Amino acid sequence: MVEFTLPKNSRIRTGKTWPKPEGAKNVRKFQIYRWNPDDGENPRVDTYFLDMDKCGPMVLDALIKIKNEIDPTLTFRRSCREGICGSCAMNIDGANTLACIFGLDEVKGDTVKIYPLPHMPVVKDLIPDLTHFYAQHASIMPWLETKTNRPAKEWKQSIEDRKKLDGLYECVMCASCSTSCPSYWWNGDRYLGPAALLHAYRWIIDSRDEATGERLDELEDPFKLYRCHTIMNCAKTCPKGLNPAKAIAEIKKMMVERVA
Amino acid sequence: MRFLTDRKRAQGLGSARTGTHEHWQMMISSAALVVLVPLFIFTFGSALGGTYEEVIAYYSRPFPAVIAALTLVVGVLHMMHEVQDAIVDYVHGVAGKMAFVAAGAVAWVIIATGLFALVKLAL
Repeated sequence: MVEFTLPKNSRIRTGKTWPKPEGAKNVRKFQIYRWNPDDGENPRVDTYFLDMDKCGPMVLDALIKIKNEIDPTLTFRRSCREGICGSCAMNIDGANTLACIFGLDEVKGDTVKIYPLPHMPVVKDLIPDLTHFYAQHASIMPWLETKTNRPAKEWKQSIEDRKKLDGLYECVMCASCSTSCPSYWWNGDRYLGPAALLHAYRWIIDSRDEATGERLDELEDPFKLYRCHTIMNCAKTCPKGLNPAKAIAEIKKMMVERVA
Repeated sequence: MRFLTDRKRAQGLGSARTGTHEHWQMMISSAALVVLVPLFIFTFGSALGGTYEEVIAYYSRPFPAVIAALTLVVGVLHMMHEVQDAIVDYVHGVAGKMAFVAAGAVAWVIIATGLFALVKLAL
């Protein structure tokens, strides 16, 4: 059953307020979710102040500056710092996005509020547990399935068929879309979510793949696929500008084509 | 403690191989309602405010009676599927299954009662 209130040990309290940088004229306030599984305390929101004249332009720059210069215990994932690895996905200013490609100037208001991706178990601070998310991705068989003997050189694909993969292959599996989806919040254990379904469609539509029917069979399920109600949060939040909702609609269309 | 692998948890009981029929049904009933609802509003609006005898006479004609019957059946079935979808979304376990069945039962009672009333008016 849906829970409308947080359990007692998940209620967020006000945390520590760190001092403002001395002599800074261009100061910005950051409120960041903190939770440490080892101290047994409830989550809290710590407040930091940064001198923006000495900080890079992106949210990730600010987080790295806080970790390096103010609070080394702040924990978050990051790697490529250019929107390719998908590691630094988090909830910034109320929307899921990648901290490395989200500019501080894009944040409305003076305070930058940063939380982990919503409705996922938290490992620590801004790090969500994506174990199930990755297992769901693996379950859609994200690889080329063929039955024909392997050609001597390569599986050929026309330019037109290759173009069908545009808008799909660019997904970096950051989980911003799935964790913004209310259907995934309520039924994430069984609903595959927009990211896994976008990847499923990427392989279904691949002209070289010979397991289209089996892939559709595996997806035809009231929970795996049909929990999508075209809410479109996924398309709105995708930091790469992709449209998982459209991919899901295309899968549904193919399902109908098989029976009608 | 169950020592299940992540993949095993994600796979669950596997695909139910169902859901497309319901999806297709919803698409069809949605399209049908686009036509039926304006026609129902038009016909029902014509009878609205009339005396008992006038309404009886109006619904004795085949067109308003058939439009009302179709709107009732298609509309309530459409609504039943929507409600059941919401139940599947938000209510889990035994309570969910009971609510699912109850929604279906209520819908069919509404349809049966409505059709009975329409038949009485029309005949």
